[in-house]
Amino acid sequence: MAFTNDQLERYSRHIILKEVGAKGQKKLLNAKVLIIGAGGLGAPAAMYLAAAGIGTIGIADADEVDLSNLQRQIIHATKDVGKAKVQSAKETMEAMNPDVKVNTYRTFVTSENIMELIADYDFIIDGTDNFPAKFLINDACVMAKKPFSHAGIIRFKGQLMTYVPGQGPCYRCVFKEPPPKDAVPTCKQAGVIGAMGGVIGSLQAMEAIKYILGVGDLLTGYLLTYDALKMEFRKVKLPAETKNCAVCGEHPTITELIDYEQAECDGVHL
Amino acid sequence: MADFNIDDSVDITDVVCPTTFVKAKVALEELDDGQILAVRMNDGEPVQNVPRSIKEEGHQILKLNDNGDGTFTLIVKKVGD
Repeated sequence: MAFTNDQLERYSRHIILKEVGAKGQKKLLNAKVLIIGAGGLGAPAAMYLAAAGIGTIGIADADEVDLSNLQRQIIHATKDVGKAKVQSAKETMEAMNPDVKVNTYRTFVTSENIMELIADYDFIIDGTDNFPAKFLINDACVMAKKPFSHAGIIRFKGQLMTYVPGQGPCYRCVFKEPPPKDAVPTCKQAGVIGAMGGVIGSLQAMEAIKYILGVGDLLTGYLLTYDALKMEFRKVKLPAETKNCAVCGEHPTITELIDYEQAECDGVHL
Repeated sequence: MADFNIDDSVDITDVVCPTTFVKAKVALEELDDGQILAVRMNDGEPVQNVPRSIKEEGHQILKLNDNGDGTFTLIVKKVGD
């Protein structure tokens, strides 16, 4: 595939980079990334991936755009209120970059559909806002041997980690199982500063891009936490031991996907 | 340019900075170590900047020919893979 002059100009700041070049830009154009959740995390992640020229972007979300989403979900505009989030996200991404093919999945992820959803993609971004979905995405990615970026945001705090099969712990190695229902407030109950999704979702996009390019060090084996009020980033080293993990360990006890019960007010994507 | 065995050529007179260098860089990436690229460029800013940028990437500048029509042709040997 040869670049058109328009593509050379569009991606010039990438191609000039030694770590990207024409070969790297072609990798991005040939890559497929799935974003689960078109909300606070998924919106900036999707926009940076579309701008970067990720050739195929899948986006999954069952919700419609709500007025209360617009404080942080920058892929949607006021005119999109009431529209399916995946449709609104697709329109924004396609307007940003005609090189990108967007596949929309207007559904919540469940044990029934997730394996089929992730099958065609090279990298998965978890932009969901609830523990059942986060454990489901982790377990499915472990079982399907897919790399993914986990993230979570609440109030003025955010965290993320990257899982690559065979290269360190999975989300369940660290967090074992979902907390009891309503033990942890959702973002709907607790609030979240809008720019937090921008910070953490952009870092997720960066991890996906680095994985596709094969450059630098990924956030595997570490949890990065961000406290905006203290203006502190911490990169916490995670235990390297994974053999006793219930899903990615040597003798997994979880061999089928689990649909955990959600808290009553859950279900709105960050 | 009979004195060089040109493997490929690229015309960057149809684009402006920084796409000039980008287009030349992309053409160089397609070549193997030691192969030779001819780059046709406009006088002025491209002639001042593109050879320097290519040199900074580690490639070898062999010659810059004045074509007499306001364009120059830069002969570059690719170094590395």
